[in-house]
Amino acid sequence: MSDMNELLRMLGELDDQLVSCMRCGMCQAVCPMYGQTGRESDVARGKIALLEGLAHKMVQNPEEVQDRLSRCLLCGSCAANCPTGVKVVDIFIKARAILVSYMGLPTVKKLIFRGMLTKPGLFNGLMSLASKFQGLFTSPANDVIGTSCSRMLQPIIGERHFRLLAKTPLHSEFPSLDTPAGKSGLKVAFFPGCMVDKMYTGIGQASLKVFSHHGVGVFLPAGQACCGIPALASGDMDSYLTLVRENLDAFKGGSYDALVTPCASCTATIKEVWPMLSDRMSPSEQETIKAMAAKTMDINAFLVDKLGLTPPAPSADAVSVTVHDPCHLKKALGVSAQPRKLIAMNSHYVVKEMAGADVCCGCGGSFTLTHPDMSATIGQQKRDNIKNSGAQVVATGCPACMMQISDMLSRNGDRISVKHPMEIYAESL
Amino acid sequence: MNDALKKDFEALVGKENVMESESDRFSYAYDAAVLDPVLPGLVVRPETREAMGRVVKLANDNGLPLTVRGSGTNLSGGTIPKLGGLVVLTNALNKILEINEADLYAIVEPGVITAKFAAEVAARGLFYPPDPGSQAVSTMGGNVAENAGGLRGLKYGVTKDYVMGVDFFDVDGELVKSGSRTVKCVTGMNLHGLMVASEGTLGVFEKITLKLVPPPQAQKAMMAIFDDVNKACETVAAIIAAKIVPATLEFMDNFTIRTVEDFAHVGLPVEAQALLLIEVDGHPGQVAEEAEKVEAICKKMGAQRIQVAKDAAERNKVWEARRAALSALARLSPTTVLEDATVPRSKIPAMMVALENIAQKYKLTIGTFGHAGDGNLHPTILTDRRNKEEWKRVEEAIDDIFDVALGLGGTLSGEHGIGIAKSKYMEKETNRATILFSRRLKKAIDPKGILNPGKIVGE
Repeated sequence: MSDMNELLRMLGELDDQLVSCMRCGMCQAVCPMYGQTGRESDVARGKIALLEGLAHKMVQNPEEVQDRLSRCLLCGSCAANCPTGVKVVDIFIKARAILVSYMGLPTVKKLIFRGMLTKPGLFNGLMSLASKFQGLFTSPANDVIGTSCSRMLQPIIGERHFRLLAKTPLHSEFPSLDTPAGKSGLKVAFFPGCMVDKMYTGIGQASLKVFSHHGVGVFLPAGQACCGIPALASGDMDSYLTLVRENLDAFKGGSYDALVTPCASCTATIKEVWPMLSDRMSPSEQETIKAMAAKTMDINAFLVDKLGLTPPAPSADAVSVTVHDPCHLKKALGVSAQPRKLIAMNSHYVVKEMAGADVCCGCGGSFTLTHPDMSATIGQQKRDNIKNSGAQVVATGCPACMMQISDMLSRNGDRISVKHPMEIYAESL
Repeated sequence: MNDALKKDFEALVGKENVMESESDRFSYAYDAAVLDPVLPGLVVRPETREAMGRVVKLANDNGLPLTVRGSGTNLSGGTIPKLGGLVVLTNALNKILEINEADLYAIVEPGVITAKFAAEVAARGLFYPPDPGSQAVSTMGGNVAENAGGLRGLKYGVTKDYVMGVDFFDVDGELVKSGSRTVKCVTGMNLHGLMVASEGTLGVFEKITLKLVPPPQAQKAMMAIFDDVNKACETVAAIIAAKIVPATLEFMDNFTIRTVEDFAHVGLPVEAQALLLIEVDGHPGQVAEEAEKVEAICKKMGAQRIQVAKDAAERNKVWEARRAALSALARLSPTTVLEDATVPRSKIPAMMVALENIAQKYKLTIGTFGHAGDGNLHPTILTDRRNKEEWKRVEEAIDDIFDVALGLGGTLSGEHGIGIAKSKYMEKETNRATILFSRRLKKAIDPKGILNPGKIVGE
């Protein structure tokens, strides 16, 4: 589509949501982007005004509007703080897709989403290949955090300190599982998510260890695909829908009490975004999504709320751990107490809060690739808050946040390790 | 905007602080008022006070309209660049320059955020009382330019009661100094007084000196529940007549009560026709005594029930209900028109009756809450600005609200300002001579009419 009238028509469908913004500007108080730039087009009110302007022909340049929309972490701080409950993230996700359908997807993204991500077999194969050769062009950066850096890859990844791909991805170690409920009487469907499958496999192993310890049955089907949020955040609705369908297929026929993921972003996507966009799918797919979303839970919340875990008192020599609240956990799903409780289940750790624990880490998925400087500036503040807490460990329930925080700590030469609450709990078992 | 002029602005504030793309300019075409956006020609964001002065001079030299903008939260269109031209942002001038605990004053740049300032003051054991609803994002410059109010107006006054001095740039970019750090100061004309509520039409603020006070040692909040709006209104008068000045004395009508309860589930009595939310503060002994007296007055005036907050959590619950009022109402419809016509507090019962009649006459939903203690009610019209026919009725209802308020000896705006939204009503409240005097005053200080043209007194 490159027809302006079609663009206006599609934006017109957002009108009922756009008009609910009363321009009070309260989003300025919480937006990480606006906090850095002080520019109105960086805050939700400005972006909504631009979309309304575009829809009503007061703004003529869709390319500029698309650029401003991309300057957003989709952290949802604005939506969580909005006095009138404007569904800001829903609006921005839909608007990004509308603008991409008008202007097309950049070639690089086409290649990544349509050529690779939507083809799980190929994606797994490529990543597996990369994991074998990555040692050749990377060098260790920080042994406490487990990061590396790379001169050779500098044009692509910049100055980042990153975690290497796992030698054996989780899906190779556990191609599929279907174990019955044990003493807990509960069974989960387990959706590890791409980063746990390919990079943070320890979180996946820890999760399975915890399930086994508590007698929780596990349905881990083969053929799982990405949850779809990276494609969707870039406005690639087609790839997103393909990925959702692949997952519906993979989980078809499984019976379980809850679908859990150790990734805050995957959880929020399955629980919130899948139903929000399900009207683009068939009635039977809509039904399946509704049922799946209703059962989807954050893994910390599942363990604490469903199994009713009661933490012991911390030991005298407990290691201090500070907690970062992923936006997709606290702001999207209202989960913040449970990860802390799960950490406290290991008496060798004691939680020590940092300032601004629920402020975005600056990752924002592909935002960190498209806007690396802004991402690092916001990340540096998170790093400073972690450092100032004096904690020896930082824990967070989202692998994407873990990647960003590891990068920032490692670049600062900090010796603070980064863990998932599941890993901390599993250490005690 | 011609290229040479743009380059001149870039030389003054840096290229990164000059915005000229359509999207950037459109982001400064509106504020929180329900009005049509107007696109500025250029937006600049000076990072130093000196650069701000030079921007003003350059604009004046070129006869370019100049609208100063803080966070753009005002409800009267004061920051909409009515004639286009230049929007100048103050949000890079965000330093608290001094908080003086010995002499009880603070000096701030205009872009300091109100809530951040209040928190910084509180951290030093002092108190800056004005608390406009937008304080989490509003700027001190904006508060002074609009003379912002808030919930504490009755006892503590509004922004103007805390402005000890304003240094501002005249249209030639020359720095004009007014006021002082001292409680008393009669040196020269009260120019800083002139700057308060001037809505950016007379000068551009460079820094502001503000009065601080010691904080109250204790507070007590309560909620009084009435089956009759009149009884609630009479209770307000009776409390004041008993020589008690509560820190806050807020009112909610039945529609607002039901809406808030639906939304926030804070345990409000949905059958009540009116609620008063009252807080007294001060020395613990005085607070205890006044709270008792207020409770007795409420009972005597016919309150069905009075709930006194026993601890901080209960107190918070009372105010949570009040804070939720606007959000809860605003969720009911696409467009929310928040009015602030204000009457002498003894006229609140009459105002409430009139508002009910207006809602019926124009078939509109109006929820009313607000600062009963100072007569500043917020009739909130719930509508959809896309519905042309209904919007016409809304505009007529607003006209009626103003007529009634003025008829009761009240005023057009208690705290939201005149801006574009209410300038056409100015003469109704004042007279021709007042408008002409104001225009002559402006003409004398701003001969080319560059400073926020079209606001307050039109033209």
